[in-house]
Amino acid sequence: MNFRNIGIVYGKELTEWLRDKRTLISTVLVPLLAFPILMVGMTSLMTVMIGRAEKETAKIMIIGGEDSTQVLEKLRRVKDLEIVPYADDWMKRISEKEIRAAVDVPKGFDSALGQGKELTVKIYFYQGEIKSSFGANHLEKFFDDYRDSVISSRLAARNLPTDIIKPFAVKQENVAPPEKVSGAALGGLLGYMVILLSMTGAIYPAIDLTAGEKERGTMETILSSPLSRVDLVLGKFFLVLSASLSTAILSIISMGTSFYLVGHSGAMAKKDAAAFQLHIGLPAVLSVFLMALPLAVLFAAALLTIALFAKSYKEAQSYLTPMTFIVVIPAVASLLPGFDLNPKLALVPILSTSLVCKEIVAGTFHWNYILLILLSSSVYAAAALFIAVKMFQRESVLFRS
Amino acid sequence: MIEARSLSKRFQDKKRGEIRAVDNVSFTCQPGEIYSLLGANGAGKTTTLRMLATILEPTDGTAVICGHDVIEEPEKVRANVGFLSTATALYPRLTAQELVEYFGRLNGLDELTLKKRVDDIFNRLDMNGFRDRRCDKLSTGMKQKTSIARTLVHDPPVMIFDEPTTGLDVMTARTIITFISDCRDRGKAIIFSTHIMSEVERLCDHLGIIHDGKLLAHGTVPELRAKYGEHNLEEIIVKVVGPLLNNAEA
Repeated sequence: MNFRNIGIVYGKELTEWLRDKRTLISTVLVPLLAFPILMVGMTSLMTVMIGRAEKETAKIMIIGGEDSTQVLEKLRRVKDLEIVPYADDWMKRISEKEIRAAVDVPKGFDSALGQGKELTVKIYFYQGEIKSSFGANHLEKFFDDYRDSVISSRLAARNLPTDIIKPFAVKQENVAPPEKVSGAALGGLLGYMVILLSMTGAIYPAIDLTAGEKERGTMETILSSPLSRVDLVLGKFFLVLSASLSTAILSIISMGTSFYLVGHSGAMAKKDAAAFQLHIGLPAVLSVFLMALPLAVLFAAALLTIALFAKSYKEAQSYLTPMTFIVVIPAVASLLPGFDLNPKLALVPILSTSLVCKEIVAGTFHWNYILLILLSSSVYAAAALFIAVKMFQRESVLFRS
Repeated sequence: MIEARSLSKRFQDKKRGEIRAVDNVSFTCQPGEIYSLLGANGAGKTTTLRMLATILEPTDGTAVICGHDVIEEPEKVRANVGFLSTATALYPRLTAQELVEYFGRLNGLDELTLKKRVDDIFNRLDMNGFRDRRCDKLSTGMKQKTSIARTLVHDPPVMIFDEPTTGLDVMTARTIITFISDCRDRGKAIIFSTHIMSEVERLCDHLGIIHDGKLLAHGTVPELRAKYGEHNLEEIIVKVVGPLLNNAEA
């Protein structure tokens, strides 16, 4: 191994890499801009749309209730509701969004209330359609308030206090510190994103430096130099690793900035914005990257090996695209409830790293697992790198035709 | 010097089974000599040259270049060889100068020597007009000159050229041929393959005719002319290879 030669190969690959527009777009521009645009844009748009839908007067229809003028009169006085005349095709009108909801007032509603009979008021709406849900919510709130007022007047008529129907209250109180709350919600996501991005960031350079070289006819040129195959692989490997890590780092910076902007923009209600205010410290983020480093090495070496086997850029793409699923499945699995670290899972690559990252971000450091996972994933990474070197020494792979 | 000793290369093909691309080929080329390999496409010229350049490893036999065995010391062999073939393309996103410097550094040249060497080669090959132009923006002739500069930057004692003038215009081809001749005058051992007989007549000291992986005839141009009773090199090739083609067809 000659470190000078590895450095020369790395420097040349870096120069070419930075001069490739496709690289700059996929590795730098997309990760930097995609998250802010998506998150700030989408949340702002959603806030505006939802706000507008909430402010709009909801058109609703009343089914029946002709004999209950009292409740109908109260309904007509509700500010945010516009009652349209009854029509037999009310269901179709809800589906076609002409009206938001319809309410079925049972026959003899007013008189039944006076007699203390139990009744059911049905509200019809279109599930999944946000404006229809708002209309139904308005109606439900009206009937809830109306019921409460009826209960209050019944209690008053019997000279009973209102707390007789509410002997005690129940309230949930959070004891977890803020970093644990956001850790549970977003911690798994951070590890998952770093793993996935180190994989996707490595795909394009891995193809370009192997199958791309074969396609451009430069593989034979470099093989005719006195450079050893080991130095050649390592030079290329370090470039793929750099691309992989820089994609992950840029994306995480970009994600963090996006969360910050959304959480502090004032566009969202305070309650919703709190969910976007991360309480993940720099040490936790650095620990996640440290844990993901052996995985990034594994990805870089494995992708180089597979892409080298391909004869052309296109063929390499068809080999590597399915690899994303291999990474996504265990990484997603780690986010599911029920997957907790144990000595066996600690040996499963990707899944173990994703699980331990979730714990680290939530502020829990299981040192025995951390060491075991670092060790096992380093062994896998070293094996992948060894195979990559061996593949670069095989004529049948280099000159596959 | 170059010495091929019973060089052989077999490939496995799924459909055709074992293919003997090169079969027991031996020849030598001394410093200050040009040895030309002639033969049809698929005869085994490129595979032979690739084995000499250590890009492929011989299945049997070996070759010794400047005292280094191609199997035992491939990296030392490559340090003594400048190899140019139709398959040795240039890095499109590097400039001509960056590309030549890259190979100079890989050959262990220090920055001072590298600068002198690059300036010298760029002057000799009249390349200063495009030294800062990216390789993907160069014409075919400029690319070939850059490739030659790449093979020469470490001043190797052995040069291997596989069809160096293919696809070039007359003027660029002439520059390359003059250049190869110049390399011989500087005492380099040169082996090259071509389909252009005028180049062979102008340059060659020795030539070998290869067909179906086997070296069927070799010697100096006058020796082969005397042996086959033909002046024209094409006619000599037909006389050497023709009977085998007729047998195969029969």
